[in-house]
Amino acid sequence: MAEGNCDDALHELYHFLDGQLDDARRRAIQHHLDDCPPCYEAFDFEVELRVVIARKCHETVPEHLKQRIADAIEHETLHPGSG
Amino acid sequence: MPFMSSLYAAALRMTRNAADAEDLVQETYLKAYRGFGGFEAGTNLKAWLYRILTNTYINTYRAKKRRPEESDLEDVEDLYLYRRLGGLEIASLGRSAEEDLLDTYTDEEVKAAVESLPEQFRMAVLLADVEGFSYKEIAEILDIPIGTVMSRLHRGRKGLQKKLWEFAVERGLVA
Repeated sequence: MAEGNCDDALHELYHFLDGQLDDARRRAIQHHLDDCPPCYEAFDFEVELRVVIARKCHETVPEHLKQRIADAIEHETLHPGSG
Repeated sequence: MPFMSSLYAAALRMTRNAADAEDLVQETYLKAYRGFGGFEAGTNLKAWLYRILTNTYINTYRAKKRRPEESDLEDVEDLYLYRRLGGLEIASLGRSAEEDLLDTYTDEEVKAAVESLPEQFRMAVLLADVEGFSYKEIAEILDIPIGTVMSRLHRGRKGLQKKLWEFAVERGLVA
């Protein structure tokens, strides 16, 4: 266990997952996660949550909207600035 | 049209209304088409489109709203959802019960949880966690400092977890 680093790791959890840490800090946290199952679990949960959120917020564009936008751009091409 | 499904998804989360979302996406593409000369080759096309989308939303659709949006968000502890699901004590190996629970959320619940966030937090979470933009890109899209991006994301993510927990309790998914 690497007890002393848990607070630091959790404090930087989002910066780590967001890819915003420099190499040294990233490696230090990765090293801690390798040795600390409780922190690893917490990080893993946050990763999974993010995947679930992104996947479940997916939308399919309605065909009528694709057509509407294609028509609007065609109109714009033929009559610039009028619509 | 590049990125239409992700722009449409973002527009739905912003406007919370299909008719407004469709108008917003159409306006975004028209503005992009007209302003394409202002796009610098080699810069990020997706971020540029999101900037147009966001500005159009703020200038047009937000102004239509009858009452100002509640901008406060109760601050809750870090790892809110995970701690409520008992995570840190369990620390089991492999795929956990907590992660199975995440899969039981419906698309509608997750969308509703995102849409429940006050606008400033909702936009940050949407751009980071749904669209995968970096802090720097979000700062440019929303025209706010990176420190503000980080604090809105932090609060917004916790708020989202609190809402998801409420849904789990309402549905009896957890005791």
